[in-house]
Amino acid sequence: MTENTPNSFRNQPDDRGHFGQFGGRYVAETLMPLVLDLEKEYRKAQGDSAFKAEFDDLLEHYVGRPSPLYFAPRITEELAKTAPQGMGAQVWFKRDELNHTGAHKINNCIGQILLAMRMGKTRIIAETGAGQHGVATATVCARFGLPCVVYMGQEDVRRQSPNVFRMKLLGAEIVPVTAGRGTLKDAMNEALRDWVANVHDTFYIIGTAAGPHPYPELVRDFQSVIGKEARAQMLERTGKLPDLAVACIGGGSNAIGLFHPFLDDPEVKLLGVEAAGKGLHGDEHAASLAGGFPGVLHGNKTYLLQDEDGQITEGHSISAGLDYPGIGPEHAWLKETGRVEYTSSTDDEALEAFQLLCRTEGIIPALEPSHAIAAVAKVAPTMRKDQTILMNLCGRGDKDIFTVAEALGVEI
Amino acid sequence: MTNRLSTAFSNGPALVAFITAGDGDTDANLDALVAGGANVIELGMPFTDPMADGPAIQAANIRALGNGTKTADVLTIATDFRTRHPEVPLVLMGYANPMIRRGPEWFADALEAAGVDGVICVDLAPEEDEDLGPALRAKGIAPIRLSTPTTDDARLPQVLDGSAGFLYYVSVAGITGKQSAAIDSIEANVRRIKQHTDLPVAVGFGVREPDQAREIARIADGVVVGSAFIDLVEKYGSDAPQHLQALTAKLADAVHNAR
Repeated sequence: MTENTPNSFRNQPDDRGHFGQFGGRYVAETLMPLVLDLEKEYRKAQGDSAFKAEFDDLLEHYVGRPSPLYFAPRITEELAKTAPQGMGAQVWFKRDELNHTGAHKINNCIGQILLAMRMGKTRIIAETGAGQHGVATATVCARFGLPCVVYMGQEDVRRQSPNVFRMKLLGAEIVPVTAGRGTLKDAMNEALRDWVANVHDTFYIIGTAAGPHPYPELVRDFQSVIGKEARAQMLERTGKLPDLAVACIGGGSNAIGLFHPFLDDPEVKLLGVEAAGKGLHGDEHAASLAGGFPGVLHGNKTYLLQDEDGQITEGHSISAGLDYPGIGPEHAWLKETGRVEYTSSTDDEALEAFQLLCRTEGIIPALEPSHAIAAVAKVAPTMRKDQTILMNLCGRGDKDIFTVAEALGVEI
Repeated sequence: MTNRLSTAFSNGPALVAFITAGDGDTDANLDALVAGGANVIELGMPFTDPMADGPAIQAANIRALGNGTKTADVLTIATDFRTRHPEVPLVLMGYANPMIRRGPEWFADALEAAGVDGVICVDLAPEEDEDLGPALRAKGIAPIRLSTPTTDDARLPQVLDGSAGFLYYVSVAGITGKQSAAIDSIEANVRRIKQHTDLPVAVGFGVREPDQAREIARIADGVVVGSAFIDLVEKYGSDAPQHLQALTAKLADAVHNAR
C-alpha cells in the first residue's frame, strides 16, 4: 500500500468521473451531452426508492438472486493434497453462474435497461465479445419489449455461434463487425458509431465497468450485488469475512462487483486474475495491467495494450470474454493504490482448472472464471486450513464446450 | 507566432481539406490540395480505433497503419509540408491516445518544431482538456474544438473555453462521410454559435459536392471536406494527386465565390 492510502477505497470516482488519474469522459462531442444526461438521470435513480425496488425485485424473481454461496469440499481437498501440513485454504464459490442467462452480466443489464426507460430511450444497442453480454442484453430487451441491436466482431460471431443463435431467438438483431480484427474492441467501436448517429432515441448498454463516466460507476454499482450478498453470506456461514476474494478480469465488471463491498475491509485480500493467453512474454495475451500502459480508449483512461505510438494492440485469450485490450478504470486505480493485487493465468492453466472443477465439483465453469480457479489452485496451498477463499464463479461453461474440445483435440 | 489560421479565414470563406497521413503518397497529395486552392490542410493522424469515423476514413486509417506509418512519419510529413508551404495552415486531426502517448509536452514540442498550427482531438472532451490543452496553448498551437447539433447553448461556452483557431461545427450527429445535414439546420446552428464566439466557424461531416460547399460557404467561415478526398486516394493510388487537385479546384471555386 502506498503512503497516500485514502481513508476509504469506496468513495471513487470523483465528481468528474476520475478514479485517481483514470476514468473520465473521453468521447466525441456529440456524445457528451448524452453522457452528462445519463449521469444526471443515474443520480436521480440512486435517490429513488422505486428504482431500487424494481431493480431488486427483478434480480430476485427474474434473475434468481441471491445466488448461492457454496463451499467446495472436493476441490478444497484436492488443492490441499499438494500443501504442507496444516495448509490448504477452504474454497468457497459465489455461484453467479446460476443466474438467468448463465453469468453475472444480467445484473448490469437489468439496471441499465431500467435507466434507459427512465430516460425515455426506445432502442437499445450493445457490444459483445463471447456473446454473454449480448445474450443478457437481448434478454432484458425481450423482457421489456425494446428493439435490440448487438454489435459482435465477425471472428467472435464465428467462434460463438450458439450465443449468436440465442440472441436471434430473443429477437435481437446481430450486426457482424468486420472492421479491425473483428473482435470485441471493434464491436465496441461500431456500437459507439451507432450511438453517435442515434443519440436521440438510443441507449448504449455497455457490458463492462469501462467506458465514459458514469458507466464504470454504474456498472460497478449494479454488479456490487455480488459482493454485498457474498459478504453477508460468508459472515453468516463462516462467522467471518473471507481471507481472500478472487475474480477473473477482462473489462473487470464481475471482479469490481465482488471486490467493491470488501474494499474497506483491510483483512480481506483481493486478487484479480487477468488472461495471460499464451504467456506474458509475447504479444498473445490480454493482461492490460501486467503488460499495458495508461492511455485513452473507448471513453476512459486506463491501462491499455498498446505500442510505443499509442496504437492499440489486439489481446489474445482462449476466453473470448477476456479478450479485450483494456480494463475498467477503477481496477487501474486499485492496482496503483495497491489495494487489489493482480495476477494472470495462461490459456493452458485455465484449461486445466476448467477440467479440475468439472471433475471435483460437478460444475462446468466458463473459461473466464477458469482463469480465477487457476489462480486459486496456486494460492490455496500457501494458505492455512482455517483460512477461506471466496471466488466468484461468474459464468457457466456451456458456451465454451466447443472451444475446450478444440483445445483438447477432441472432436464432438 | 504568426497566425496562419486567422489569416486563412480573413479573406472570405475557406476550404479546409482533410486527408490521412500515410495513406498513399501523402506529400504529393497534400501539394495537390494546396495547388487546387485549399486554404487550410487537415492531416489525419492514423489510429487503430477511429470510432468517430465512417467506413472511408476508417479504411484510410487501416491502410496508413498497414503501410507502417508511425507518429514520427506523421511529424516528418508535417515538417516537410511546412518547408514547402510556409504560409498554409496545417492542423492535425486524430484521437487522444496517440497524441498523449509520450506525454502532452512531448507532443506539443514536436508539433511546434514541425510547424503545426492546430490540433483537433476528436475524443478529448473539454472536460478532459488538461490532458493536452495546456501543453498546446503554451506552445501557441490552437486546440480546435468540435461543436455538434447536440451541443446546446448551455454547453457551448464550455466547448469554446480554451479553444482557438476555429470552431469545427459537426453538422450531423453521426460519423464522418455518411449523411449530410439540411442547410436550414446548419444555418441556424452556425448563427447560434456565432452569438457565443468570434472564432471562425467551419462546417464539416458529409460535405462532398461543390453545390453543398457553396451553400455552406454562404453562411459559415469555412467548409471541411474529408471523405470525398479519401475516396480519391483509395481509388487512384499514386495517380491520386491530379484527381485531388481537380476536385479541390471545384470545391475551392464554389467556396470562394459563394457570396
